[in-house]
Amino acid sequence: MQVVYLLIETIVKCVVVFACLMLSVAYLTWLERKVLGHIQIRFGPNRCGPFGLLQPFSDGIKAFFKEDLVPGNADKAVFVIAPMISIIAAISMFAVIPFGNQFTIPGTDWVVKLRIADIDIGLLYVFGIASLGEFGIVLGGWSSGNKYGLTGSLRAAAQMISYEVALGLSIVGVIILSQSLRLTEIVTLQAGGFWNWNILYQPAAFVFFIICALAEINRTPFDMPESESELACGFNIEYSSMKFALFFMAEYAHMITVAAVAVTLFLGGWQAPLPQLDFIPGVFWFGAKVFVLIFFFIWQRGTFPRLRYDQIMKFGWKVLFELTLVNIFITALVVLLKG
Amino acid sequence: MAENFGILFQWLIFLGVAFVSIVASLLVITRKNPIHSALFMVLTLLCVAVLYVLLHSPFIAIIQVIVYAGAIVMLIVFVIMLLDLETELRSKLKIVYSKVIGGFLAVLFLFGILYTVVAKFPTGQTGSYTPEKMATNVKAVGEALFTDYVFPFEIAAILLTVAIIGAVILSKKRT
Repeated sequence: MQVVYLLIETIVKCVVVFACLMLSVAYLTWLERKVLGHIQIRFGPNRCGPFGLLQPFSDGIKAFFKEDLVPGNADKAVFVIAPMISIIAAISMFAVIPFGNQFTIPGTDWVVKLRIADIDIGLLYVFGIASLGEFGIVLGGWSSGNKYGLTGSLRAAAQMISYEVALGLSIVGVIILSQSLRLTEIVTLQAGGFWNWNILYQPAAFVFFIICALAEINRTPFDMPESESELACGFNIEYSSMKFALFFMAEYAHMITVAAVAVTLFLGGWQAPLPQLDFIPGVFWFGAKVFVLIFFFIWQRGTFPRLRYDQIMKFGWKVLFELTLVNIFITALVVLLKG
Repeated sequence: MAENFGILFQWLIFLGVAFVSIVASLLVITRKNPIHSALFMVLTLLCVAVLYVLLHSPFIAIIQVIVYAGAIVMLIVFVIMLLDLETELRSKLKIVYSKVIGGFLAVLFLFGILYTVVAKFPTGQTGSYTPEKMATNVKAVGEALFTDYVFPFEIAAILLTVAIIGAVILSKKRT
């Protein structure tokens, strides 16, 4: 019976996480448009429901009923598969994120741990899936049979490979401190108040991680694959209807996942900022921290202009790469000297 | 009952993944479009990664995904996209010799693999780093890499550095 219970628990957790993620993605699009609107001194969506709260659903229905076009000289199979790769990668990255501590179901002794999978190499899993997700964008642009799309996907490939290096190096400091790749252990080590969070021990790494993560999820100022003004939407130029919506959802799901990884590594995961506040469930703290980071992502999109392509590559290889290496050396040296 | 269920589940996954990986690797060499070949290569590599997981080696599995499926095939795709595929597809270039030589080599390697699998070789002595220890423990892999195997590690690093410098110099414009 144990196996059956475990199976039921896992399925329930998967469904709940998936539903929450999709709902967050829907309202993230609303939040982004609303916040950007207020930054640009306009109202943002305010026609569907109070404060435009029904906007995501009307967008979804619109995307669903639009005509689904496949260009004549597109590579049809790849054209259909590309958005699927994107969204599947974005969602399955969430499988190892610990979004809360554990609780016991009342009346039984069955302990429910609030994470779908707690594996030894959780951090590497996130990176592996992220590197697979890049194929979605690259193939989407290539298979459209459009030169803007192709340019967009070439840029995406080059940019993502470059920033993946710095992204991987930026978290090595955290791994040195926590001596583990298991995300639950990394979170547990940051327990007991905000002064134990990794961001205080690795402030530079946190900044590098955020910059590289922005490049990895193709957000302004690094939204080279899309860059509307020069490539007319780049990799998703030929996509319409639900396929476009899938790319769109994948982008926002990626944003949530990246924020969740940053929270787990640097901001103490589900831990409360003060030990006195432990009575509030960890899921709330996790959600609040993720929200703060996502708000920052939206805010900086409204603040920074898009960089030029050569500037991005130069910055990635000539500045970030070296700085992350220096960060690793300093961290290792300090850990070694402290014994 | 629970154990039987687990073993059955593992067998089902193994059979499915092994079948898919063989079919995908056949498609890698038979597709006309190089991008499709590269994609089926990703599928093959992912299936092999799942096989590693079934062998209780998640670390090797995830490294397989990051390095091969993620980085190397991405670079291959990048290079293919830069090339002009249409002229390649239009010119009906028949490469007979390479097919004959390649087929011969493939059969040779198949026999080699069958020989090593069927014939029993001495397993050698077990040291302090057993396969079980290396499989799941990232720390053990790092320790082995930086103590016993530090010389091959450094040699590989120097080789890669030389290769990178060579590539940069070759691709530099002559002024």
